[in-house]
Amino acid sequence: MIVELGHYALIMALATSLIQSVLPLAGARIRDNGLMAVAAPAAITSFLLILLAFIALTVSYVTSDFSVQNVWENSHSLKPLIYKFSGVWGNHEGSMLLWILILVFFSALVAMFGSNLPASLKANVLAVQAWITSAFLFFVLLTSNPFNRLNPAPLEGRDLNPILQDIGLAIHPPLLYLGYVGFSICFSFAVAALIDGRIDAAWARWVRPWTLAAWTTLTAGIAMGSYWAYYELGWGGWWFWDPVENASFMPWLAGTALLHSALVMEKREALKIWTILLAIMTFSLSLLGTFLVRSGVLTSVHAFATDPLRGIFILCILIVFIGGAFTLFALRAQTLSPGGLFAPVSKEGALVLNNLFLTTAMATVLIGTLYPLVLEAVTGAKISVGPPFFNLTFGPVMIPLLLAVPFGPLLAWKRGDIWAVTQRLYLAAGVSLLVALAVTYFATGAPVLAGIGIGIGVWLIMGSLTDIALRAGIGNASPSVMWRRLIGLPRSAFGGALAHFGLGISVVGIVAVTAFSTELVANVAPGGKIQSGPFTLEFKGLKPNSGPNYSELQGAFSVSRDGENIAEIVSAKRVYTARRMPTTEAGIMTTGPNQLYVALGDETPGGGTVVRVWWKPWVTFIWFGAIIMSVGGVVSLFDRRLRIGAPARRKAGAAIAEPTT
Amino acid sequence: MSVLRQSLFAICVVALSFIQPAQAVTPDEILNDPVLEERARDISSGLRCLVCQNQSIDDSDAELAKDLRVLVRQRLVAGDSDSQVVGYIVSRYGEFVLLKPRLSMQTVLLWSMPALFLIIGLTYLLLGARRRRFANTTALLSEREQADLEKVLSSRDDNS
Repeated sequence: MIVELGHYALIMALATSLIQSVLPLAGARIRDNGLMAVAAPAAITSFLLILLAFIALTVSYVTSDFSVQNVWENSHSLKPLIYKFSGVWGNHEGSMLLWILILVFFSALVAMFGSNLPASLKANVLAVQAWITSAFLFFVLLTSNPFNRLNPAPLEGRDLNPILQDIGLAIHPPLLYLGYVGFSICFSFAVAALIDGRIDAAWARWVRPWTLAAWTTLTAGIAMGSYWAYYELGWGGWWFWDPVENASFMPWLAGTALLHSALVMEKREALKIWTILLAIMTFSLSLLGTFLVRSGVLTSVHAFATDPLRGIFILCILIVFIGGAFTLFALRAQTLSPGGLFAPVSKEGALVLNNLFLTTAMATVLIGTLYPLVLEAVTGAKISVGPPFFNLTFGPVMIPLLLAVPFGPLLAWKRGDIWAVTQRLYLAAGVSLLVALAVTYFATGAPVLAGIGIGIGVWLIMGSLTDIALRAGIGNASPSVMWRRLIGLPRSAFGGALAHFGLGISVVGIVAVTAFSTELVANVAPGGKIQSGPFTLEFKGLKPNSGPNYSELQGAFSVSRDGENIAEIVSAKRVYTARRMPTTEAGIMTTGPNQLYVALGDETPGGGTVVRVWWKPWVTFIWFGAIIMSVGGVVSLFDRRLRIGAPARRKAGAAIAEPTT
Repeated sequence: MSVLRQSLFAICVVALSFIQPAQAVTPDEILNDPVLEERARDISSGLRCLVCQNQSIDDSDAELAKDLRVLVRQRLVAGDSDSQVVGYIVSRYGEFVLLKPRLSMQTVLLWSMPALFLIIGLTYLLLGARRRRFANTTALLSEREQADLEKVLSSRDDNS
């Protein structure tokens, strides 16, 4: 019954979305407040209906209702409860429902908290959101319905893909989708502004919190996914330049650019047209990612079961939305005036440069991902574009950007003095140079690039610290004044510095693990010893063990350093009962920022076991840095001026009259 | 060739349903000469496993990947240079095995795009900067709105 209720709610949501797509838009056109006012309640209703559908699906998962085809295909009665919840989105249909749920969640947020938006802008934004919602609801109802029933109902389900039976599935997709789909709001704002033909600094201020929120969750989502792949896939890599990873990385790059250009637009009213274009581009890339993952045109560890009809359907959605938005852009962009002036050397100039490099990096990833597809379609020739290509092209684009980062925040708006800024960065530059030289000198045998890379990471870290120190007035104020200034700084200043700091931490981690990690493969019998990094591992042998829905062979290792026993690592090979599918559960020991990573291989005829051990110095910095970046995003989000909201046009007096110190 | 490819994809489809966690190089494959082994690892990480999802043969534990790894090592032991080994594998399996595609008429666009993009972007910006010096702007907000906005902007964040 609840299943039919969910199905019905989904259809009802389509109806409300269709109403929300049309009436508010017409209202904005003919200046009819009544019609425009339909948007908010319609958005909230759609959200509640889709929430109901989502709950219905969750209930059928939790109660293991195998009469629902989707549950039968992806669940099992013995599956631990947490995976019954997260398993809801561990498949194409369910994850699509989550995608839409998040989409309408954002629409509902705009509907509820957008009371300071001009009525016509709000109506247009919600209408555009509703177009996207309707398109994807059609898609789900016509090609990917999660509520299809089976008759007779099977007794037992086919279980969730074992690789997905992990806490990572509970966190990674929701975060990723919050980011991915969150950019839809920026897209809708951009399209609404184009429809309205009016865009100003206030627009940028309204869009910025949404961009920030989406960027923050996307950053966290990608980092989480990377760590998950690292420990679950069992070969110690943390980024594979897999097409699907690229699909989430491209919106991140474009979104990062958007975050920075919206800053210019908000403060200086410049770069309007470009910001609109970026907002459209970012969400278009999210849509492209959805297409790539679900259409089956790419082979990837992440790809869902393929069905050509689904691919064509999403392709149509893609063409309509991206094509439509860019056409509208081409028609209307000329009517928008370019806005504020600035000298090439200025904060605006630095942010333009940031945007140029970020979009080039994004284009590089895009071309690398799509080139093989296009080439095969055009000439029939099959080529592969893999990690070596991306490392070779993406790296050189990023290095100048990373070098330029510390200059940006220190430059003045409108017209900056590059030499004055350089002088302020002497300390940061000196420290990074010293670190780079030290690394090159002491790490014998490491590539020269390692020193340079770590130096760049330190440069970013020192640059962000310099930024905060200078804002506090270091050198020309007493400590107490500095302290008062420091706590008086706007949160966004801290947010930006934190994000750049985190980026530096990640860079250090990436370079260190690339240059200094060691891998060892050995065939060991129980009692055998392996040397890895500063540690000695003694293999204790294999012993069988069983979990709720799997059986496993556990290999235990005692880890000692300088003869002293310090820890035990357990690594396992599992076989999940329902699908007869093996997985590795890597054994990981974290010491400081470093990790010792142990994966079990096959048993050999002589009674030994193939064991793979990686020593990965500083590896946790990669994700730790990303977390700091997300925290920076959250801190910025709580900036006073974003919390209070954008200046309302009509009730401006109320917001402004509030005393500020 | 196409028959081979079709059968490879058939294997691929079957292989997907039994996707194995990667185990890659096993101890019995490793060469005694560490320099040769290092070269073998380097070469293998640039060759695509034809039956897997975007893995290099160095990362994959598919049978075919193992055969290729062994083949690479055999050629190295026989005294081939790195490029000879890669050439040999490409002659048997096609350009598709190269994770880093070679520069050719077909890939010239792929390789030049990042640089082109950057150059076009920079040129556009420089020209724009020159043009902008002579341009003038018109206010989009009404005077009152502009005043309100200024007031808010200056009162909220004089520090940044």
